[in-house]
Amino acid sequence: MSILIDETTKILIQGFTGDKGTFHSREAISYGTRIVGGVTPGKGGQRHLDRPVFNTVKEAVEATGAEASITFVAPPYCMDAIMEGADAGLRLICCITDGIPAQDMMRVKRYLRRYTKERRTMLVGPNCAGIISPGKAMLGIMPGNIYAKGNVGIVSRSGTLGYEAAEQLKALGLGVSTSVGIGGDPINGSSFIDHLELFEADPDTHAVLMIGEIGGPQEAEAAAWIQQHARKPVVGYVAGLTAPKGRKMGHAGAIISGEGDSAKEKSAIMAGYGLTVAPSPGELGSTMAKVLERRQAA
Amino acid sequence: MDIHEYQAKEILAKAGVGLAAGAVAFSAEQAVYAATELGGWRWVVKAQIHAGARGKAGGVKLCQTYHEVREAAEGMLGRNLVTAQTGPEGKPVQRVYVEVADSFEKEFYLGFVLDRKAERIRVIASREGGMEIEQIAKDKPGSLITVIVEPAVGMQPFEAREIAFRLGLNIKQVQGAVQTILGCYRAFRDHDATMLEVNPLVLTKQGRIIALDAKMSFDDNALFRQRRIADMHDPAQEDPREAQAAEHSLNYVGLEGNIGCIVNGAGLAMATMDMIKHAGGEPANFLDVGGGASADRVATAFRLVLSDKNVKAVLVNIFAGINRCDWVAEGVVKAVREIDLRLPLVVRLAGTNVEAGRKILAESGIAVHAAESLTEAAALAVKVAGDARSIAA
Repeated sequence: MSILIDETTKILIQGFTGDKGTFHSREAISYGTRIVGGVTPGKGGQRHLDRPVFNTVKEAVEATGAEASITFVAPPYCMDAIMEGADAGLRLICCITDGIPAQDMMRVKRYLRRYTKERRTMLVGPNCAGIISPGKAMLGIMPGNIYAKGNVGIVSRSGTLGYEAAEQLKALGLGVSTSVGIGGDPINGSSFIDHLELFEADPDTHAVLMIGEIGGPQEAEAAAWIQQHARKPVVGYVAGLTAPKGRKMGHAGAIISGEGDSAKEKSAIMAGYGLTVAPSPGELGSTMAKVLERRQAA
Repeated sequence: MDIHEYQAKEILAKAGVGLAAGAVAFSAEQAVYAATELGGWRWVVKAQIHAGARGKAGGVKLCQTYHEVREAAEGMLGRNLVTAQTGPEGKPVQRVYVEVADSFEKEFYLGFVLDRKAERIRVIASREGGMEIEQIAKDKPGSLITVIVEPAVGMQPFEAREIAFRLGLNIKQVQGAVQTILGCYRAFRDHDATMLEVNPLVLTKQGRIIALDAKMSFDDNALFRQRRIADMHDPAQEDPREAQAAEHSLNYVGLEGNIGCIVNGAGLAMATMDMIKHAGGEPANFLDVGGGASADRVATAFRLVLSDKNVKAVLVNIFAGINRCDWVAEGVVKAVREIDLRLPLVVRLAGTNVEAGRKILAESGIAVHAAESLTEAAALAVKVAGDARSIAA
């Protein structure tokens, strides 16, 4: 098993026919992902990459039975695209788009709450590398070949640092059940906790690697949740030990603006709640290997 | 993005927020002219920079005569003002704001922020105005009044009324305060602000509620639909290297160390800096070259990093996803030749087409220390930076 997606998940591409949509759809299809069609308003009825194009997400869902989407829609229109996907009943929307206004995300999060929890759409991202369940399906922009199939779950704010983790694991002979990027924006569609819950319930995930950054309360909230609820071991790391206060480090959300925002504080909080904190970003894989060995020995 | 106080006040005035009469001036003559036009018998001359704590640093002066206005403006304009929030170089003062000075009875704090935890706009007010909010939260936490605004309907009059009454205002004053609080909220929401701070908000002797100071920051991601705000951008208030980087849509933040970093992805860039520190060195900068790292972008990144004279070695760390290592390698080779790089260079490539990329570097003839892993790359960079420094000494 894996979380969020596997080889049976029927997936739509929102922003299918644009350059980015086309490039990454092709990659996802060649990885074996079940892409059943796409949506580009005004291009309905055409075919693209040998798949049908629809004007609206509702039409696409009715015609294909799609349950998830990935969106490459440009920032000014992305809030609208996410709401459209949610309204059409998609279970999962993965948003790659970087540059969505924060107040748009505030409205999106409010909109998603109009549905009951059972019917509510899970939004992953925005400004993330996406989701991959190695060997099964890829809903993102990552290089698929760096992920080996296995039993470590990865949840990361950063895309490239998630790649780094996957490569370190692979070099040690460890694989990944699913890797999820929650994104570098100040307001994320889903949180560390949302995915930790899913990993906790997934029998094929034996341990989780949680990679955070400076800025925001999420890493600390997740650490507290882990102490209360997680039975599986979690290895944590927070990037940005050398980041100065008040400066935005590339990601819109990566800024130390108050108490508890720095990497040092967050790492201390993680350790305090019983997580194993990787001493450096070069030891993400080796720290996880040690934790798994200890678990096996016990 | 930050703007100046006078620009924030222009926005607030349009939203119906009470203000004292004021005008911006770019010279001492203009400042005196502004004072005569504004009328009144006392004025405050305020240096316009993108940082707070101006009062203690001599950036706010109360003037009784036109002559004093001229002297105050002359003393501020054309200089760098160093405050507790600017760093040692300070920020250049190129304009001053001249405002009619009112006597006031009470000072309050009023702030709006896009709260990441609540994922909503949070309004904060306190009777303890004039102090920084961090100080208020520490010393007088009981005085904090908080409202979290429901985004579907926006801030309601009753919420503003509750704040106004809890600030201790009487019914007449409450009306003015409600108009000001709701005006601030609308200005915040309609301009995609991330922070708005009125500190202090004051009650004048005449019973008016006015915003004595105003500070606003905006969401960079929303500037595409906030052209008026984007036009208020003042590059003079930014680090020149960061402004140059932004022109090339690169993310650069200058730091104190001596190892220049060129990395793709914000998280990996921070992790690379952490790894340098872990290996005993200090990074000179944060630099994210982003997803489409073409040869030209890599060359621009090199120029930026090398414009910092403290740099003794350069570390390139690229984990190619959308990128391809062979393209990045070509960019590195081209940049090194064009710039005639004399400093030691460490390159770590991983991801898409890594073998092809490594081959290009190895066969290029340029002097490069190739590293396979993040750990190795950082250790090498720290070592060669140390060697370079001891040679220079």
